[in-house]
Amino acid sequence: MTAPHHPFPVSAAPKKEPAPAFPHRHLLGIEGLKESEITYLLDLADSYVDGNRQADKKHSVLRGRTQINLFFETSTRTSTSFELAGKRLGADVINMAVARSSISKGETLIDTAMTLNAMHPDILVMRHPQSGAAELLSQKVDCSVINAGDGWHEHPTQALLDALTIRRRKGRIGGLTVAICGDILHSRVARSNILLLGCMGARVRVVAPPTLLPGAIERMGVEVFHDMRQGLKDVDIVMMLRLQQERMNGAFLPSTKEFFHYYGLDYEKLAVAKEDALIMHPGPMNRGVEIDTEVADDINRSAIREQVEMGVAVRMAVLDALARGGEPK
Amino acid sequence: MSATFFQNARLLDPASGRDETGNLRVEAGVIAGLGPDVGARKGDAVVDCGGHLLAPGLIDMLAFVGEPGMEHKETLASLGEAAAAGGVTSVVVMPNTDPVLDEVALIQYLGRRARDTSIVNIHPMAAITQETGGERMTEMGLLKEAGAVAFTDGRKAVANPVVMLRAMRYASAFDLLIVQHPEDPLLAKDGCMTDGELAMRLGLPGMPVEAETILIERDLRLAAAAGCRYHVSQISAAQSIEAVRTAKKHNRKISCGTAAHHFALNEQAVGHYRTFAKTSPPLRSEDDRRAVVDALADGTIDVIVSGHDPQDEESKRLPFAEAAFGTIGLETLLPLALELYHKGEISLQKVWKAMTARPAELLGLDAGRLQEGRPADLVLIDLARPVQVMKQDFRSKSKNSAFDGRPTQGRVLLTMVGGETVFRYE
Repeated sequence: MTAPHHPFPVSAAPKKEPAPAFPHRHLLGIEGLKESEITYLLDLADSYVDGNRQADKKHSVLRGRTQINLFFETSTRTSTSFELAGKRLGADVINMAVARSSISKGETLIDTAMTLNAMHPDILVMRHPQSGAAELLSQKVDCSVINAGDGWHEHPTQALLDALTIRRRKGRIGGLTVAICGDILHSRVARSNILLLGCMGARVRVVAPPTLLPGAIERMGVEVFHDMRQGLKDVDIVMMLRLQQERMNGAFLPSTKEFFHYYGLDYEKLAVAKEDALIMHPGPMNRGVEIDTEVADDINRSAIREQVEMGVAVRMAVLDALARGGEPK
Repeated sequence: MSATFFQNARLLDPASGRDETGNLRVEAGVIAGLGPDVGARKGDAVVDCGGHLLAPGLIDMLAFVGEPGMEHKETLASLGEAAAAGGVTSVVVMPNTDPVLDEVALIQYLGRRARDTSIVNIHPMAAITQETGGERMTEMGLLKEAGAVAFTDGRKAVANPVVMLRAMRYASAFDLLIVQHPEDPLLAKDGCMTDGELAMRLGLPGMPVEAETILIERDLRLAAAAGCRYHVSQISAAQSIEAVRTAKKHNRKISCGTAAHHFALNEQAVGHYRTFAKTSPPLRSEDDRRAVVDALADGTIDVIVSGHDPQDEESKRLPFAEAAFGTIGLETLLPLALELYHKGEISLQKVWKAMTARPAELLGLDAGRLQEGRPADLVLIDLARPVQVMKQDFRSKSKNSAFDGRPTQGRVLLTMVGGETVFRYE
């Protein structure tokens, strides 16, 4: 019997185009991204930083494209950042703050998505209070979806902008020790950062009381600390998280005062970190709750304002990368 | 009523241990005779079974129906069609209808509707507490007389221990079966899948295993104190099973069931927010799933149920946390249970017993046996034939199956209820 081993001769296989550097249609999370893809996004973002400091900030990469920002949760900084990013790349940007009332009227996420889809947008940027909402949206629409935060799940552009900030300040990410402190349990920022920093070769610690940590957190490859003085010892980066008001009074923590005493970042606790340790916070800050005002405003230590600046560049890079991936062959 | 003669069948009856090749004759709705020597009579409709398995039809001890009140999800008629196609000849429906089955008139109504519209036997469980509100007891004695086969608040747990203890004490006077949904509502609050690594990675609030175990452990003590018959509707976790295993050594009035999805799937079925895999109790870890299989093998778990919970598309096409709980299961119960046999984990007799003789015994039903004089509730099945579960094949009004696309083995060829053929595979 001389049956061929393969239906087609190998040499006849069609010549492949080089794979795009960012071969994804959506950005739903850091999970599933490779180190090379993250590096590509960071390099691209880096290239936009200088341009953003010029008087003329306009590009034409997204000319003719429509970007809709769909925010089911109130947000100032993320929606503004995405709006600026889209406009600087030449896209037509529409902001839709979906009031809670329209949800209570019975319009579901899917209804909203289908309505918008009929208007042929190219990019949908969505924030939603439920985990998995961005993924659900991506299954129902024809355009690219960028997750601008879904429930407790992921906030990929925040992790990317944090990474860019770290890389520009420290020159690298791999080998650094990063402590993420505060409400890990309810934080999409923490999840995305743990995934990204781990992928890039950083050592990640989480510092929080047990009530604000998921039970299985060590399965994400992090070191767990309940004592902040131990957790911050010799770290390169201190990443603080925002503590939501409703978690403070008795449900997850006894009080704001007790939380600040044990887990608030002040100079005394910071003293055990490396001398040049960088302080970060995704904002908006609760001054005097998770971070002392003086520390937050210390221009030598705090990268908090720089994070906001990097946010625009990173979102430009993501929009750019997705647009390039979506160009017709 | 015409007579039917099944010839050349593999007769399987877990109640008597029978497993032999032979014939079975049905007349006037009951089994008129069975065995190798039984012959056909003139005028009998003859069914050649071709050596396939002829066994008691399944008794599904836990299904939800939308009638009355949510007929768009499932009617008694559509439930009956789905059951018949799945080889289920008796379905026990939960009281979580609208209105809740908590009054004699409603149990009677359901009985009449089922008789008029459903092609299989339907038996209701009545609520333990009025409107399943968890506070005031229902008229359990009268409800039993009206046809309630057991008492449960269905998808809701009776959380208040004082209420539960009183209900159990009262029930003991009538020898009623108290059935509990094992999920502490406070510990499970806001949770939408089992707690653990996957829930953390998906950013979903988890339900701890303790929500199940603590409620069961509490109830086991209350049931012992009250001396009542107590049944856990769907057990899903290794540590809960251990609690039941221990209690059973001293208390013969304890029993429990598990749903097919709790041994056929684990939490990984949730994957990327698949709402069809959102169940209550939730799908657990692989260790828990294996513990369920072991407990079925050693008899700690008495009963396999479908947990059939029809939900319309609008209730499921939502972000995971907002989506309804539940998977349909009537049409997949048998092939999934047969996986246990095909994989060599549990004998065919034992698998079958958990869906026939054992639930019949717990509920006091005259069903689930191949015996002369018993109702002719039968299923003929080709054990070997491969079948892929396909959404479009479901008879159920709702299509929310966690098993869509799953390859299974075992095809129902014919289902008979009370001597009437209600399903025939063409």
